[in-house]
Amino acid sequence: MLSNSRFLIRTLLVILVSTLTWIALSASAADSNAADGLAAWQKVYSVLTSPRCINCHTATNYPQQGDDRHRHFANVIRGLEGKGVPALNCVGCHQETNADSTGVPGGHNWHLAPLSMRWQDANDQPLSSAAVCRAVTDRSKNNGLDGPALLKHHEGEPLVLWAWNPGLRPDGSRRTLPPLSHAEFVAATRIWVESGMPCPQGR
Amino acid sequence: MATYELNVNGQRKQVNVDPSTPLLWVLREELKMTGTKYGCGISACGACTVHLDGIATRSCVVPVSLVGNRSIVTIEGIGGDPVGRAVQDAWVDKDVVQCGYCQSGQIMSAVALLKATPKPTDTNIEESMGGNLCRCATYVRIREAIKSASQQLK
Repeated sequence: MLSNSRFLIRTLLVILVSTLTWIALSASAADSNAADGLAAWQKVYSVLTSPRCINCHTATNYPQQGDDRHRHFANVIRGLEGKGVPALNCVGCHQETNADSTGVPGGHNWHLAPLSMRWQDANDQPLSSAAVCRAVTDRSKNNGLDGPALLKHHEGEPLVLWAWNPGLRPDGSRRTLPPLSHAEFVAATRIWVESGMPCPQGR
Repeated sequence: MATYELNVNGQRKQVNVDPSTPLLWVLREELKMTGTKYGCGISACGACTVHLDGIATRSCVVPVSLVGNRSIVTIEGIGGDPVGRAVQDAWVDKDVVQCGYCQSGQIMSAVALLKATPKPTDTNIEESMGGNLCRCATYVRIREAIKSASQQLK
């Protein structure tokens, strides 16, 4: 009888220790996963806030242009659908591809991102990493994209791809590229998505 | 050099030009259609505006190689359109023109506006015509003429 009790206690102890160890390891793995995801997000954020991307993710009534992100010239405005206004539509200058001989960038369906996807404040300052992450992961704001759809968007959306093929400026020099290659950007997005799309804390 | 078949004001035109040539210079130099004006050359003034499939387009920054099969309408052809005719009549009626250099672009933009927004407000006009500059500052008469054309098109 006593021997059976000891065996039972030992067995329970083994189970308890094993369970605690598994929980600790799992928590550690989850922490590591989240840390990897957050690190990957910061890489994604560095691209999203580069001029090639953020110039068309404004909070204002106009797009921006140039590495100094100045207001678009020629009194261009957003319009109801982010495509300019009649007689002053985006596609009135921006064609299906870059026009390197005249320095006008182009891509399919050139337009501004919707205001729900603004990554700047009203003073044209980029939002924080946490705020952009919240916007990007909010399906009520991001056109209903879940993680895999966001990854696909970063992999193949023509205007996303344009950022790595931005063409020549009117003076013939090359526009600057985002801080990561497209392959690195997609890889970072994949890690972030597979980590559960963690967002930094804070405003 | 390359050969392009262009649809200009409903007519087929063939040109043999460098692919990077802006549509403006194809119209003016190759086809001798000088109604479309060169102003700034960087799409900042609107003097070169034509319609590509109905979209008001700055022809000075669009290489001819990117035009494709789209229908090109210039100031020489816009009078064949009811809205274009109404705008041109209103321009005469309101005596809009001063030096006239920018006016073909102004008219092309005004037609594009009225086709999309038949009853434009002052704000609509200011926003849509904001890319067309006039050194003679005929803006008030332009606005009057657009409203007049809008009323004529009831």
